[in-house]
Amino acid sequence: MADTSLLSRRGFIVGTGATGLTIGILASCAPATTDADAPDYSDLPPNEEVNAWAHIDHDDTVTVRIARSEMGQGTLTGLAQLVADELDCDWDKVTTEYPTPGENLRRERIWRDYSTGGSQGIRGSQDYVREGAAAAKAMLIEAAANEWGVQASECTSENSVITHGPSGQTTTYGKVAGAASQLAPPLEVTVKDPSEWKIIGQPKQRLDTADKLTGAQVYGADIQLDGMLNATIQQAPKIGATLKSFDASAVENMPGVKKVVAIRNPFGTENNAVAIIADQWWQAKKAMDALPIEWEGGVAFSTSEFEAELDDGLTSDEAFVGNGGGDLQGAFANADRIIEATYNMPFQNHACMEPMNATALYTEERCEVWCPTQNGESALAAVSEASDLPIEQCEVYKIHLGGGFGRRAMPDYVSLAVLVAKEMPGTPVKLLWTREESMIHGFFHPTTKSRVRGSLDAEGNLTGLHLRISGQSILATLIPQALQDGVDYATFQGLLPSGVDPRLEDQTLKYSFDNFLIDHAMRNPPVRPGFWRGVNLNQNAIYLESFMDELAHAAGRDPLEFRLAHLGDSPKAAAVLQAAADRSGWGNDDGKARGLCVMYGFGAYVAACAEVTVDDSGALSIDKIVAATDPGHAVNPQQIEAQVEGSFVYGLSAMLFGEITFEDGIAQEQNFDTFNSMRIADMPEVETIVMPSGGFWGGVGEPTIAVAAPAVLNAIYAATGKRVRQLPLKDQDLRNA
Amino acid sequence: MATLKINGNTVNVDAEDDTPLLWVIREQVGLTGTKYGCGIAQCGTCTIHIDGSPVRACVYPLGALNGDEEITTIEGLSEGASHPVQQAWAELDIPQCGYCQPGMIMAVAGMLNDNPNPSDEDIDAEITNICRCGTLARVRKGIKLAVEKA
Repeated sequence: MADTSLLSRRGFIVGTGATGLTIGILASCAPATTDADAPDYSDLPPNEEVNAWAHIDHDDTVTVRIARSEMGQGTLTGLAQLVADELDCDWDKVTTEYPTPGENLRRERIWRDYSTGGSQGIRGSQDYVREGAAAAKAMLIEAAANEWGVQASECTSENSVITHGPSGQTTTYGKVAGAASQLAPPLEVTVKDPSEWKIIGQPKQRLDTADKLTGAQVYGADIQLDGMLNATIQQAPKIGATLKSFDASAVENMPGVKKVVAIRNPFGTENNAVAIIADQWWQAKKAMDALPIEWEGGVAFSTSEFEAELDDGLTSDEAFVGNGGGDLQGAFANADRIIEATYNMPFQNHACMEPMNATALYTEERCEVWCPTQNGESALAAVSEASDLPIEQCEVYKIHLGGGFGRRAMPDYVSLAVLVAKEMPGTPVKLLWTREESMIHGFFHPTTKSRVRGSLDAEGNLTGLHLRISGQSILATLIPQALQDGVDYATFQGLLPSGVDPRLEDQTLKYSFDNFLIDHAMRNPPVRPGFWRGVNLNQNAIYLESFMDELAHAAGRDPLEFRLAHLGDSPKAAAVLQAAADRSGWGNDDGKARGLCVMYGFGAYVAACAEVTVDDSGALSIDKIVAATDPGHAVNPQQIEAQVEGSFVYGLSAMLFGEITFEDGIAQEQNFDTFNSMRIADMPEVETIVMPSGGFWGGVGEPTIAVAAPAVLNAIYAATGKRVRQLPLKDQDLRNA
Repeated sequence: MATLKINGNTVNVDAEDDTPLLWVIREQVGLTGTKYGCGIAQCGTCTIHIDGSPVRACVYPLGALNGDEEITTIEGLSEGASHPVQQAWAELDIPQCGYCQPGMIMAVAGMLNDNPNPSDEDIDAEITNICRCGTLARVRKGIKLAVEKA
């Protein structure tokens, strides 16, 4: 193991595993206050963990183990709330730590899934996390009862204190935690009924805020190890290109430069990258700028040329069916009117604020990596593969992420850090990419287009709907084994039939249509796609909900009433839509231009009502968005509000500015000057209605992204009579039609 | 070799004149609260103060300093996170991933040094930092709360 004294001084605790007492890296969010008069327990041996989910110290400090990653979405605090509530512990004494992926393997995956995506952090682990905490509580009570020689059933727990009812004796968790750790876990546990929750459902402050206000929070890019060198990398900028030559002698004598090395990333069969290792990162970066490199080969992909393929898919006879029913041909044949519109979604980049990085220490016996990752286990597998060492000889220390959004679910940057560190055995090397490198070598949200056709009868009723998606499948490239008979059902997020595939039940269509077809003509460019916050729900919401608005206006009907007419089978979807509309003042005769959107995604019902102003010059002001979400259970309402506001920034930045274009196989938008993101001046007021109806666990981080853009686009139509179907909006003229 | 005054301390650094102050602060001085985001003064995550005014350190060369300036980083903004902006940020629980927040806080604190009671238009014009998690709505509320606390 590396000398981690520097880390320790920064507030990290790196466990050795020798005592089994502390594991992983303690996320630096210890209780804020320390009492000078507190009892001194330093003579006592440290307590062992009660169980995998909770370690309790003599002073009652509860350390909750968090397997999922914290990247800003608040899951760390939410999961700690789940544990603390079931444990009946004092919330003010809760802290957290990440058990390492290696420890998870050694303990037969006791913490289960480490992947942090798909808005699964809470909803995907709440059952076993709560059960684990309930088991720990039962063991603490049993230990107290044993000490007193009474029945555990006569004891109660609250706020880290156990009370024996008949005698009135009390003790604290810290005093019995050592004995509890020696007990066998209960064979059965019952978790609380939601009506008994005291910490779940409360708008608790995040546990990780304090260090984020002072610069003390350590991100991957900040890792500092004794003797560490710094590296930067340039991968072939053109898709599929390889390294032809480079002239290391031109930079080898520059200040600080240690080594210039050719690298083959895991996606290539030949060398396709060059890394420079130096004392300091700026020295490496400066040398890279000066290094003559020649690339060869590659794919001359161009987004403008790919348009023809997307257009072909819009009308192709062959397409995968995602959902449908009734007699669409009959509906179109008997239509009073047929409405048609074509929309697009450009490639997007995740553009996490923290550029890609990982720090690796390689020896012939062991490889350790410190990295911000959305999936510690896939990162560990990548370390093993890149180091060519058995996974038991590898370890990953998870660090808080400076943004993830799906980008850090891919472990390419971890592999590259290991490959670079292998060039310097025994020396830790931090590989930090430039912003440009991070942008060029993204995993891009795919580009698609959609042609939607709808038939109306003479009374303005929607009789038939055909929504055709044309474009890239994420799974076909990244996880081809997940295709089903060639179909990528994830393409249809938010549009799928209910009751078919339980794994996709959280991505189903809540509108009821008599005659309809939703299909996908797969057109795969050579661009590597990725899961981008909200994934395919984003464009599917734009396509469906822009078109629902177009249909309502064509039929001369109120867009709210028109939508509700098709939500009769989903009262929860109707409820969020109605709530957002009502709070916004939908239908008020106040001259405000409003637009609506409702979707179901990641297991949550979400809606938005946007208010916009467009002035005579065509300048858009998004004045306000009212959002409503029903995620079933709301673990931390104020963090849900934060996620809704934040998701709108992500979704609206894409709508306003987001577009990655390729020319000659190279991504052209390589920094924030050309891939802009919303600033505070662009930010609307956001009012969020959190309306948990109970009985299910829906997602939070992603679903609301999708409703922001369609609501704004529909409001722009209400303001101007202009229907924006081509994104990003920055290229559109919004002056009154 | 250059001598700088950072957070009230005098430090000697050994870097070439064209090294951006961001990397001098991070790699020579060892203060990593100031972050690298874009390197082209677009995102503001590297914001520090020079004599109280916000500066994007990623494009500010070491050689442009004469050594007399008072440089302040997020680590030196206050003792114990007591600056009104930090207090407001804590109260409203503003950071999400938090990577951009040192720069955001320094940009806001710098604005308030010059303009203790900014209008919404002032905020729009002066706070142009990028936050991809999307804390912008709370940042505006935080600025107003910080004004009250100051």
